[in-house]
Amino acid sequence: MSISWQPIAEIAEDVKSGKIKSVDLVNQSLKAIEDNKQFQAIIVTLKENALKRASEIDARIARGEKVGRLSGVPFIAKDNFLVFGADTTAASNILKGFQAPYQATAINKLETEGAICVAKANLDAFAHGASTENSDFFTTKNPHDDTRVPGGSSGGSATSVVLGLAPFALGTDTGGSIRQPASFSGCVGYKPTYGAVSRSGVIAMASSTDVIGPMASSVKDASLVFDVIAGKDELDGTSIDRSSKSFEISDNNLNVEGLKIGIVKEYMSDGLSDEVRQVIENSIEKLKKAGAEISEVSLPSVRNALAVYYILCPAEVSSNLSRYDGQRYGYSDKNAKTLNDSYKNSRGQGFGKEAKRRIMIGTYVLSSGYYEAYYKQAQTVRTKIINEFHQAFKNHDFLLGPVAPTTAFKIGENSKDPLQMYLSDVMTVAANLAGIPAISLPAGHANELPVGLQLMAAQKKDRELLELAHKTEGLLK
Amino acid sequence: MSKLKKEDVLNLAELVRLDLTDDEVNEFTEELSAILDYVEQLGDVDVSGLEPTNQVTGLTNVTRKDEINDYGYSLEDLQSNLPDSKGNLIKVKRMLN
Repeated sequence: MSISWQPIAEIAEDVKSGKIKSVDLVNQSLKAIEDNKQFQAIIVTLKENALKRASEIDARIARGEKVGRLSGVPFIAKDNFLVFGADTTAASNILKGFQAPYQATAINKLETEGAICVAKANLDAFAHGASTENSDFFTTKNPHDDTRVPGGSSGGSATSVVLGLAPFALGTDTGGSIRQPASFSGCVGYKPTYGAVSRSGVIAMASSTDVIGPMASSVKDASLVFDVIAGKDELDGTSIDRSSKSFEISDNNLNVEGLKIGIVKEYMSDGLSDEVRQVIENSIEKLKKAGAEISEVSLPSVRNALAVYYILCPAEVSSNLSRYDGQRYGYSDKNAKTLNDSYKNSRGQGFGKEAKRRIMIGTYVLSSGYYEAYYKQAQTVRTKIINEFHQAFKNHDFLLGPVAPTTAFKIGENSKDPLQMYLSDVMTVAANLAGIPAISLPAGHANELPVGLQLMAAQKKDRELLELAHKTEGLLK
Repeated sequence: MSKLKKEDVLNLAELVRLDLTDDEVNEFTEELSAILDYVEQLGDVDVSGLEPTNQVTGLTNVTRKDEINDYGYSLEDLQSNLPDSKGNLIKVKRMLN
């Protein structure tokens, strides 16, 4: 049932030259969504708005007007992006019916270049999870095996790309939420340097690690989308300046000779399944054969990264979710008699279990008497992890490892044990804590399920990392 | 092993304004203890001489001019999601019993 799209740059060229109509592309995308409904990747389509925008673009081209770099290209946004034309829910009951009064900066930038948002993808509610099973609505199915999860939290976006519901999708990555579903479902997932993309208009999870990134069929496609959305924005005080050079991969040079790549020792030992290890080792062999200088490097403190993350993330979540109080937007309990009851009932009825769990843990670790032992200690171990990455990047251009310890697990397998679910992030969270860019690349299959290879670079080396990823992708084919 | 008691969970729930069911209180008492148990491994990490990290890309004090800018958002759109309102105001339930 899945369809494959041309490279994004070629689609846009064909639209600009009049060879294909934008309206036809949007219809093709909407049909693919309809035909693949059983995977439950999509929460809502934006049919009316998308078709209207597409015919406007077609009309502009017919009049000979200049149009953007992504003209007529359909895409899908994770439902934690504020987009006009439908509810923005973050897959949560508490935001059911919420109509965005403004759009995310990333969405505006894509629209300025002519891209068209056709649908909103499913996620774990508020992006809390690694499987989409925490969605308050439904669980998305893995495109390769519908008894398995697609990964999460950007599981709907990953499944959308793999099934070809649109040429690319947007995701968010706070502890691995772009890379892990990319690995489980089999697409490219890019987590840029912290601050590289404005988060204005994206529902906040853990603000000290949240980033936005593209999910696509190739590194080239991902690099083009990233080039469009990257840059400083006064609406996000943490966004950083970008260099004037384009991030888009422009050549097909696959030479990796002399590049120094470090294999993260800790990721190849702790709880890594044999089948994933095999795929990663094959990838390493191919890079070696092509002339990359590969050696092992130890970052002992990444073993503590998950514990650091599961203190800092809930702490920030508990703060960010305090705005959902039933008074300003979203679900509000109509029967409450007092304001305090309205808060408690609206939040108690509107939040799912995982959001509640994180609010409780987060408030606990921030509370007086526990703050020093938990939160401050976690922030300090975070420094230790960052220092080890700095050290590693002194001797290596890039780091390499698996994305996740296993392939996609069965629906229901980990949903009863929150701690087991958290372990899915064990190889991805360190990059978030350090704010460095990291990418998941399809590296092969184990028992017919996709396996992702993770490549990482120092902060702000996004272009270099995308180039290496593009070369590696070529070598792995 | 840090053991959260049922009273701790109820107290936390009150602080964060979450009305929990009895089942949730029981579940969370067990689960939150297990999560705290796991993250307590950090107590053994030697962090002497290190400062906590609050911001990873080195930004400090990002400010903007103290000027009103509506960024093109209309008041009407911003108010359209209010559960209850009166004129330009958010209407809430009474605060005292």
